[in-house]
Amino acid sequence: MIIAQQKSIQDIASMIEDCNKVLLVGCAGCVTVCLAGGEKETEVLAASLRIKRRLENKPLETVTFVATRQCDPEYIETLESYVKDVDAVISLACGVGVQYVAERFSDKWVVPALNTNFIGGSLNHGEWEERCGLCGDCVLHRTGGICPIIRCSKSILNGPCGGSQYGKCEISKDMDCAWQLIYDRMKALGKLDKLMEYQPPKDWSKSRDGGPRRAVREDVMID
Amino acid sequence: MKTESKLEKVLNSGKFAVTAEIGPPKHASGDGMKHHADMLVDYVDAANITDSQTAIVRISSIAGGVHIKEKGVEPIVQMTCRDRNRIAMQADILGAYSLGMRNLLCLSGDHQKFGNHPTSKNVYDVDSMQLIHLVRRMRDEKLFFSGEEIKENEPRFFVGAVANPFADPFEFRVDRLEKKVEAGAEFIQTQCIFDMERFERFMEMVRERGIDERVHILAGITPMKSWRAAKYIGNNVSGMIVPDALVQRLKNAEDPKREGIEMAIEQINYIKENVKGVHGFHVMAIAWEEVVPEIVERCGLYPRPNVD
Repeated sequence: MIIAQQKSIQDIASMIEDCNKVLLVGCAGCVTVCLAGGEKETEVLAASLRIKRRLENKPLETVTFVATRQCDPEYIETLESYVKDVDAVISLACGVGVQYVAERFSDKWVVPALNTNFIGGSLNHGEWEERCGLCGDCVLHRTGGICPIIRCSKSILNGPCGGSQYGKCEISKDMDCAWQLIYDRMKALGKLDKLMEYQPPKDWSKSRDGGPRRAVREDVMID
Repeated sequence: MKTESKLEKVLNSGKFAVTAEIGPPKHASGDGMKHHADMLVDYVDAANITDSQTAIVRISSIAGGVHIKEKGVEPIVQMTCRDRNRIAMQADILGAYSLGMRNLLCLSGDHQKFGNHPTSKNVYDVDSMQLIHLVRRMRDEKLFFSGEEIKENEPRFFVGAVANPFADPFEFRVDRLEKKVEAGAEFIQTQCIFDMERFERFMEMVRERGIDERVHILAGITPMKSWRAAKYIGNNVSGMIVPDALVQRLKNAEDPKREGIEMAIEQINYIKENVKGVHGFHVMAIAWEEVVPEIVERCGLYPRPNVD
């Protein structure tokens, strides 16, 4: 899922300092699961902003709503009646949701409440880790199911570099060396010979480097 | 000979080769590098010019190569994968060759986190393994990285790589060295050796697989100035092992700098006598270039062979 974290109250408040009434829109997708922009976080953020503004003697009126998903136009439509009389919309979705809201309501001031961090999963309750680099050309079958693109600090395909020691990455003793993990797993699987295969330079055009990407499935298109 | 590299000639002559390292400065004058080149010219076969080592901005390795070449020292241009994509790398490869550089050392490069621009983007469009392969392919098959033909004047570099016997996983370090040789590395410079026992185990595995007969391995030697420096490196530089006994010896020494030089000389002499498969020495006297001549001379490696 997409992992996001809320910006500071100060940062969010500064984006709407001239507004008297705002709509806060949560998202029931990824950001609900990672506890950044679901129903609870939306209500807490609205209350926090109201309290802050009251203390500053500039009361703020808030309206809250949680969309099923903000990355789908049909769910953005459900906001229409709430958007009309507010001065701004604060989206608690990932960057995709913010853009969908801004695109649909082009005359509204739309601001992000979250920083969209990465694609990852849960480690413990309240702890998430990046696991996919969205490179568009998965290599996990070559590396024992451990991603060198995003988990190696240098995205090395023929690792590990000389900075790997005691299982840790050169950039931090708290960070596992992805290539140590890959080595251990391939060794356990009896597939170390696979790591001796030279991996050629990657086709990054399938990643962000090819420009903004679009995926098409003609077989499921309606029109 | 496949190239015009003097280093290749020395290595192929069967004699021990000697290389050193000249670190470019954090300013825009090459005078210091020229001064160091004057100092080293009779004592080394070639000298590495580092490529913004530890991710600190310095004079580029190619420009540095021009400075030392002017003083008669053959440059080994270091090229890291950190700062350039494949287009910039090839542009620099062509440019370096056009300026008379004949040796290229391919490496990953230290992460920018350690440098003076920790907020910069890192590139790693290609990795060191791929760079070795593609530079060899430019020479041997006259092809750009993309596979497009180089119609004339292909760059004909003697291609080097690095190996770190002190990084982990230990056994895979020999595999990865072999993979670099398969990719096309013709000479290897190792990380600084302080843990001789581990280096010997590494070389034993190298010899068992006959890798030393397919590539020239130069042992990395670094004289230490103080016990604090030794301890710092052991504790803080990932992929380095500095045994306590070595730190202790420096600590107990009356003149630690002198002791550091003596230890480097002992290491070289020990390897010359006892560790088969080593074809030369890479003396990395970090910010201490002036001690290289004494070390070379006292290890019986002076004068350098005349291969021209």
